Parts: sequence; C-alpha cells; structure tokens
Amino acid sequence: MQSIKNHLSLIIALLSILASIQIFIVTDRAITAYKENLANNYSVIVVSHKTIKKEDMLKINDIILDSNEISPDKVIKKLNSKMDAKDVNLIKLALPKFYKIHLKYYPSPDEVEILTKQLFENRSIYKVEDFSNIHDKTYKLLVLFKGVVSMFAVIILLVTILLIFKELKIWQFKHSERMNIMGLFGAPIWLRSVVLFRLAIVDAIIASVLTFIMLSYFSVNQWVLEQFRSVDIEVVIFDTLNDFVILFSVSIVVSILLAFLIVLGHKEEL
Amino acid sequence: MDKVIMAENLSLAYSDNETIINKINFSVDSGDFVFITGASGSGKSTLLKSLYGALRPKNGSLIVGGVSLENITKSKLNFLRRHIGIVFQDYKLVKEWTIEKNIQLPLLINGYDKSVIDNQVDSLLKHVRLMHQSGKYPLELSGGEQQRVAMARALAHNPILILADEPTGNLDDYSSKLIWNLLESANEQLNTTVIVVTHHIPDTLLIDYKHYHIEYGKINAVH
Repeated sequence: MQSIKNHLSLIIALLSILASIQIFIVTDRAITAYKENLANNYSVIVVSHKTIKKEDMLKINDIILDSNEISPDKVIKKLNSKMDAKDVNLIKLALPKFYKIHLKYYPSPDEVEILTKQLFENRSIYKVEDFSNIHDKTYKLLVLFKGVVSMFAVIILLVTILLIFKELKIWQFKHSERMNIMGLFGAPIWLRSVVLFRLAIVDAIIASVLTFIMLSYFSVNQWVLEQFRSVDIEVVIFDTLNDFVILFSVSIVVSILLAFLIVLGHKEEL
Repeated sequence: MDKVIMAENLSLAYSDNETIINKINFSVDSGDFVFITGASGSGKSTLLKSLYGALRPKNGSLIVGGVSLENITKSKLNFLRRHIGIVFQDYKLVKEWTIEKNIQLPLLINGYDKSVIDNQVDSLLKHVRLMHQSGKYPLELSGGEQQRVAMARALAHNPILILADEPTGNLDDYSSKLIWNLLESANEQLNTTVIVVTHHIPDTLLIDYKHYHIEYGKINAVH
C-alpha cells in the first residue's frame, strides 16, 4: 500500500506537468489557428491617386500577401444607371483607386502601424484604413488570453516542481536505506541505483500512458471539439505521435533527473 | 597462518576532538572465532565499523583481507565488502524486499548464476528454519526471525569474514541458539573467520574462541 502511495505521488506530479505542457501546446495552437482565421478575414484598405501595380504593393512590406483593386463599377452603377459609357469612363478616371490588401498573418498593432507608415511613403497613397480600433482590441484579447493560460501553466509547473522536491526528499529517505544496505555488501553505485532508476522509468511510462489515454479521449470528445468549432477554428488537441514524443520525453527526463538528484544527494551511513 | 585482520597503532574517531579507539594493536588469524566485549560506549561497535570500512582510521594502519583501509578507494572497498558478511543488531534488511530477495542480495552483487542463487537460498532458508516464510516481508516477521534472515544473508556468499554486532541482543532463546549454531558451523565447516561484538559471551559454545576486551580506548586479550 505504501509502495503504491509512493508511486502515485510521482505519477500525479508527472501527470500535472504533462497536462500543463499539453494545455500550453493546445492554447498556442488554438491562438495560432484563430490568428490565421482573423488574418483571412482581415484586410487593409488603401486609397491612391494613381494605379499601383501588385508587384509594387508587395514590395512595400513582407507581411503583404496580396493586393486587389476594388472595382468602382458597383458604386457608379448605384449613382446613376442612365449615365452613358463615356461619362462613366471619365468618372472612373477621376475616381481614386481603392485597394484591398491581404496580409500573410494577423499582425500586431505595432506591425500595423509600421505598415501604415510604409504605405504612406508611397506619394500616391493618401488614405489607409487599417481598422485599428477593432483590430487592437481583438489582438489584445488574444494576447491577454495567451498570457493568462501561460501564467496558469507556469503556476501548475511551479507547484508541481515543489511537489517533486517534496517527493525527492521522501524518495531520498526511502531509497537511502536500501542503497546503504546494498553498499554494506559491496554493491557498486550503479547497482545500488538500478532499482531507483527502474522505478523512475516505470513511473514515467505509467504517467505518459495515462496522459496518452486522457488526451486521446479529449481529442475525440465532441463537447471539446464543439467549443473550438464555435469560434470557427479547428485544432489538433493531441497529435498522437509528435505530442506523445514530447510528453514522454519530458516525463522520462524529469524522472531520471529526480533519480540522479537522489543518487547525487545520497550520503553513505557510517 | 594467514592474518585476516592486522591493526597497528590504530586510532579511531568520529571527530578531531574525541578519540574512541586509541593506538591499538591486534590481529586475527584466518579461521579464528573472536569475541570483542566491552561496556556500552567503549568503542567495540566503532572498531567493527572500521573493519568493514564504514569508518576510516584516524591514525595507524588497518589491513582487512589483505586490503589496507587507510586510503581505500570506493571500488576497492566494494570489492572487500563482497567478501565479508555483516550481521547487525537492527538487522538492516531491505523492508520492501521479500526475505528470499534479502538473502539473495550478496549473491546478486557477486554475480552468481540464478541456479546457484536459488539452491543457496533454499539451503539457507532450511538452515534458519524459515522455508515456509520465504515470500514474506521483513516487517511481517518477529525480531528473532528477522535476525535469522540477516544471518542467512551474511552467510549466503560464503564470506571469508563474518562481522556480527550484538547478533543476539534482543532475541528469544530459540533464535539466539540458532544464530550461535550457524556462526559455529560457518567457522568450523567453512573455516570462516568470525568476529562478534557482544556484551556477554554465551556459555553454550562448543568451539575454541579468542576474547578481546575494550576499555578506555584500548584492547586487551582476555584469552
């Protein structure tokens, strides 16, 4: 019973580390997906006296993905449908050129400001609408959300590290006795530590498998998927190969580090 | 006759201020059965600790099994300990291991084959009358039974030297008798050198033994 308790305390500590890492990974993915979504729907409107070629527009800033001229036909048609073709052409020539600029990704407010300045460096551009009011709020909300989740993950990590250090002391006490006894019969240090490393690796494997089962369940859970769909994003909650490799590695490294600290901190009894 | 232990001007201390054993000279021949007696705090257990390298000499020289212990390296100390069997008053059994695995310990450390280990453990369990308890854990046994397990462990690898610190200190008559019989048998049949630290020597012993007494940091031969 005591042995199961000792196993559980490390497994639970590892589970909380792995869960906090996965929460951070999923949040990052969700924010990236949401930013991509926003970038698709976000554009900057540029008004120019003269025609600006697409190549010239793309040269202004690397963030610009595409530039399309907005046709004035609809507006002219609304103004007067009885206007003859000659007048329409004259109006078209006199009207400023409107461009809709699509960006590669959802920019930060600073990037929007730089882009606006660079657009104004082109003398023919005299108006840029970057929708900065709405854009700033959305971006700040995203940053705030990411910050809160990151802080939450860091707090979990800190609490877990404290738990692990407490666990370390218990293990040090528990394993010291056995290591001392083995030492009295001439066991070399590697042999004295074998049991400890085996336990650490077994606990790491158990914690990784439990996390795998838990996350596999969440990754197909309709309620969880629905939450993401409700904000028009699709996120991989658990990449069974890549994520598992990361989590398993973290679990093994933490456990082996713990075992190493115990071995290094072990003092032989007189 | 080969000397298993040779101490010359040996001083032992836990700190610089207090010397427990002061410049003693003594030796133990191979196959001797030796008792070391003394009052509580006289330094008899300290002397025993120095014999298995848990306490290094402060001054003088100490050679055990041909290995000098003054500046011994960890690997040499491990090598020496693999040829010694130790019995403690508090048994020092690994609580999370079965008694079978506890007895296997020195055999595993010495790299014996599984078949040899199994045979040896079976034989020892019969000798210490614990055949039916092999799967139990130390805390499920009485003090006397635990000490019998510790005794079996000390004998498992046929050591050249057995060191016993108050082996029957708190035991019932049955277990005490069994332990003394095992120590006598090892000495007589396998020529194992035995050194026992104790408050008093049992009067039921059938073998010849040497007796040293420690007092005021000095060791004196009684007979």
